[in-house]
Amino acid sequence: MNTETVATTARQNRTIGRDLIGIGAIIAAAAIGYLLFPDNLALLTRIIAIALLVLSLDLVTGYCGVATLGHAALFGSGAYAAGIAAAHYGITDPLLMTLAGILCGAIAGLVCGLIILRAHGLPQLVLSISLIYLFHEFANKASSWTGGSDGLSGISPDPLFGRFEFDLWGQTAYVFGVVLLLAVFILLRFLVRSPFGMLCRGIKEDPLRIMAMGASPKIALIKMYVISGAVAGVGGALNAISTQVVGLDSLSFTQSAESLVMLVLGGTGSLFGALTGTVVFMLFEDYVSAANPFHWLTMVGALLIAVVLFAPKGLYGTAAAFVTGRLEKRT
Amino acid sequence: MSTVFDVLNLKKAFSGLTVTNDVSLSMAPGDRVALIGPNGAGKTTFVNLVTGNLRPDSGEVRLNGETVTKIDAIGRVRRGLVRSFQVTRLFQEMTPAEHVALAILQRDGRAGKMFGNFLSMPDVMDEAGVLLTKLGLRDLMHRKVSEIAYGQQRLLEIAMALALKPKVLLLDEPAAGVPQSDTGRIEQALADLPADLAVLMIEHDMDLVFRFAKRVIVLAAGTIIFDGSPADVTKDAAVREAYLGSYANASHAA
Ligand SMILES: Nc1ncnc2c1ncn2[C@@H]1O[C@H](COP(=O)(O)OP(=O)(O)OP(=O)(O)O)[C@@H](O)[C@H]1O
Ligand SMILES: [Mg+2]
Repeated sequence: MNTETVATTARQNRTIGRDLIGIGAIIAAAAIGYLLFPDNLALLTRIIAIALLVLSLDLVTGYCGVATLGHAALFGSGAYAAGIAAAHYGITDPLLMTLAGILCGAIAGLVCGLIILRAHGLPQLVLSISLIYLFHEFANKASSWTGGSDGLSGISPDPLFGRFEFDLWGQTAYVFGVVLLLAVFILLRFLVRSPFGMLCRGIKEDPLRIMAMGASPKIALIKMYVISGAVAGVGGALNAISTQVVGLDSLSFTQSAESLVMLVLGGTGSLFGALTGTVVFMLFEDYVSAANPFHWLTMVGALLIAVVLFAPKGLYGTAAAFVTGRLEKRT
Repeated sequence: MSTVFDVLNLKKAFSGLTVTNDVSLSMAPGDRVALIGPNGAGKTTFVNLVTGNLRPDSGEVRLNGETVTKIDAIGRVRRGLVRSFQVTRLFQEMTPAEHVALAILQRDGRAGKMFGNFLSMPDVMDEAGVLLTKLGLRDLMHRKVSEIAYGQQRLLEIAMALALKPKVLLLDEPAAGVPQSDTGRIEQALADLPADLAVLMIEHDMDLVFRFAKRVIVLAAGTIIFDGSPADVTKDAAVREAYLGSYANASHAA
């Protein structure tokens, strides 16, 4: 073996090591959550569902540089697809419901991508906002399917693998959510390191340069939008399965904006950043809103301003930069 | 001898200002052509028109005999027309190995692959290694671009272009901004370009031009005023006029 292959192998081992650490961290966090909040597994499951939405947003915003304030359209489509499959078509197997969420999330991703990617910058943002309002209004009007503003109910998923009931305490839903998150996380780790992932990072920095290499930024971004839709769809389906209702709020501007806030809070362009941002934001929100129902929004606002001003790379991004800086100084 | 690259009567004006005025030229495989001219003569605009980054008002571009005027920039790259940029355009967070690997994968239609890491693709890594060694970037191949010197970034631009295996290569001032001490490497890289590649190089450094080019084209105010051998270009009255004019203007401005 020559020195080059040795160096390459070392590099590969390092990335695999990081993957294993990541998987371990997710499992550990899930276990700690379970031990700390055994009575509030519903909250933890919701955090996982939203984390999937934020990961999905990170794919198009963090890795590709697309500006969007309408990303809940993908999440909501997945949620309604899973819910409608169960409530109207009797497809109550949780895995099939999840599949329905993935498919419809991907289709919503394709539709949104085709429209949003026609513009850049501010017009792009406006298009994304228009889209989320259209999706919201459509779901509202199609009330015979979606239950309109009352929400879609009558979703009663079968036991998972015919054995594990979705019980009142939410244990099954929580474990199901953790497994889904792990699966998505591992697949996305592959994706962002693949040639395609590298191409997307290039597009984010300089699409013209990518074109000068003979690659089409447009096609790559649309592919990424479809993948992003599938990931958000998993989150939506998980939410429908675990709460057994789907509300219009899953398809709202507020949800879209909040997911962007969570992403920026954790740090864009990194899967760990997306996860960190979601967990911190949602736990903080839960804690502060209970402790001080009158001023909790003020505190969330203050936290955000502090992060944007003092840790512009987000909580995870800043911490990671600090640690690598330290490591480099030592060698 | 058959040509690989033909430009016919290309014209472009920006809001009334004619920047490319009826430019025609042809190149055959292996040609080494320098395109020179005073600042603002329209050299970069010419490259942008030819690559499809700008749309000409009229005229035609042919690659290997095929008219590509209506084909977009991406399609022209895929047909073998590759350019480099006057100011380097590299991805700051990526390494030279990643740049070249991405170009190789793109050339082979594999850049859309969603699994696997190029580090685990020995064929890609080997080819990238060979190319980067040739350009003296081997030791830096896993550093971030933001950490390497500008002269090395210019070499990486050339490496990326070569990784695409072009038939026609347009280099827009490959030595611009490179310290004198490093131009030797660039000159060496230019000398080592594949023999059957048709190369058009824009350059202000006349020493480099004379050592590289077998043919020199002079562009002034969007018009070709000279097209001939390097030996004749300095004797040409119109060329002197154009350069003197621009130097006179420059010294006025200074
Ligand atoms: N997009 C544009 N819109 C309007 N004018 C332009 C545009 N691009 C270039 N020009 C003008 O066209 C002229 C030619 O510019 P160009 O960049 O082609 O010159 P150049 O020969 O490459 O000069 P240099 O040696 O400085 O690189 C200049 O006067 C420039 O201001
Ligand atoms: Mg120029």
